[in-house]
Amino acid sequence: MNSVVETHELTMRFGGVVAVNTVNFSLQERELRCLIGPNGAGKSTFFKCLTGQYRLSHENGRVLIRGTDVIGWSTHEVVRLGVGVKTQVPSVMNGLTVQENLWLSARRIHGWTGADGAVDEIAGELRLTDVLRRLAGELSHGQRQMVEIGVVLIQRPWLVLLDEPAAGMTGNEVERLIAVIRRINESASVIVVDHDMEFVRMLGSTVTVFHQGAILIEGPAVTVLDDPRVREVYIGNRAR
Amino acid sequence: MIAWQSVGHMRWGWFLLSAAVLILLPLVTDTHTPTLLLIYALFALSLGMMWGYAGLLSFGHSAYFGLGAYTYAIAVINIGESTGPLLLSMAVPAVVAAVIGAMMFYGRISDVYMGVITLVVTLILFKFMSATAGDAYAIGAARLGGFNGIPGFLTLNVPGYPELSLFGLPTYYISVAALLLCYLLCRYILARSFGRVMVGIRENEARCELLGYNVPACKTAIFTLSAAMAGLAGCLYANMAEIVTPAVFSLKQAAEVLIWVIVGGLGTLIGPILGAMVLSYVKFLLGEQTLIDNSLILGVLLIVVVLGIPSGVVPALIRVWNRYLRRKRKREAQGAARRRLGIPSQEHP
Repeated sequence: MNSVVETHELTMRFGGVVAVNTVNFSLQERELRCLIGPNGAGKSTFFKCLTGQYRLSHENGRVLIRGTDVIGWSTHEVVRLGVGVKTQVPSVMNGLTVQENLWLSARRIHGWTGADGAVDEIAGELRLTDVLRRLAGELSHGQRQMVEIGVVLIQRPWLVLLDEPAAGMTGNEVERLIAVIRRINESASVIVVDHDMEFVRMLGSTVTVFHQGAILIEGPAVTVLDDPRVREVYIGNRAR
Repeated sequence: MIAWQSVGHMRWGWFLLSAAVLILLPLVTDTHTPTLLLIYALFALSLGMMWGYAGLLSFGHSAYFGLGAYTYAIAVINIGESTGPLLLSMAVPAVVAAVIGAMMFYGRISDVYMGVITLVVTLILFKFMSATAGDAYAIGAARLGGFNGIPGFLTLNVPGYPELSLFGLPTYYISVAALLLCYLLCRYILARSFGRVMVGIRENEARCELLGYNVPACKTAIFTLSAAMAGLAGCLYANMAEIVTPAVFSLKQAAEVLIWVIVGGLGTLIGPILGAMVLSYVKFLLGEQTLIDNSLILGVLLIVVVLGIPSGVVPALIRVWNRYLRRKRKREAQGAARRRLGIPSQEHP
């Protein structure tokens, strides 16, 4: 199988702190992968290294997206390869309506004439039709998460990176989100960063556990989440 | 097509009415002061477009206004005809802004640092131009003249005919045309994808980058366009004043345009235009009295507006008008419902 994302010896330092430590990671076509780990494990830093949000040089290792070395690339160049990114804190344009947010994203892929149709389609799919004319900043946290996911999906990416997509969502919204992620995964590879164990369990994907900037263990969710090492470094008493 | 609330839309009725008023104005008044007001309005529009829609605050936008004025004066002295210098007065500020903008935006400098850099640029130009009094400071036949500036150059002429000067009333109409065309250009940009991306950058730069838009390139482009418009205003100012001095780069000039835009209202095109016209006119009127320093009065006015209506006068008026329309529609709907149901209308004593 072809790798969609590969990292070789990826390392990221902030002063004396090694946030990502020689990580070798691989994601296959149409794979759904969850990255988990305690706070400060390096998940989000790793995530940002993949998307060009940190400027890297080859001293930091290599990042290959569908075989293209993207080290040193800007975020917009990585995204233009067909990568969709949802950030940890909902990153939408609060002063614009939901419709305008979606349109701005759709415009780049679907063109001036096709953008309107794409907005209606994704709004229907994510049940955002009723809030299309409201300012994104007026919505609840969960709704803004959904708007951001819409903004990402409307570009039809083949690689989707979701950083804590379920944060702040209600039970119903989480169930809907899981259905959406599974549907995305039918046509795209997906990386989900989260530390909500229940959410990860419900997704039931392959899990990669980060600890102190490095990969601790990788495997199916059912195996990894019950691994004593994972319990020790991350879950603690909560999972018992 | 989805209508964007945040970029506004062209109101042709108001535009044509304003154009008619400006065209007919010379029938009832002298054109000297209106020309100056139009030039200041164009200058404020250039900053208002960039600041209000792309969120890029340049504290030293007078640098490009001044560069436009100096470029015109130097070029027209050397060329002897005004068409080329007019174009250069837009091109030179645009090129300078493109270089400075690219350095700032690709270097990820924004917010307050951008304000400081732009302010420093204009202050450097002010200091430099003030220190160019000697004979050594000349570009071709044009002596820069230090603090006294460059006087007595050719004003705009009919293209190709240097002897046919366009000074006076024609300058007024050229200023009207420049303002209206720049307004239409801004409206056109805002109605296109680029304008919408610009607003997106103002709202959330990181998200725009994550949507695949080249944010530094977009910011550099709008900075360049804004500088070209400011340069055109500077050129028209030089023509009207018939002298260019380093005062065009001064802190006072840099601060005044900010005040016009803030008081007029960010996020609209008409706000900065009206802000510049009204405040400049108030300044002229205040200049006729010696009781109180007019800068003091303008300062107080700025504080009152910033504290009372932080969004600016025009956006506040638009809000009041929209509220009135909503209430009117609601009352009409209630009246129609009462008539339909046969309920007598409630008369208030």
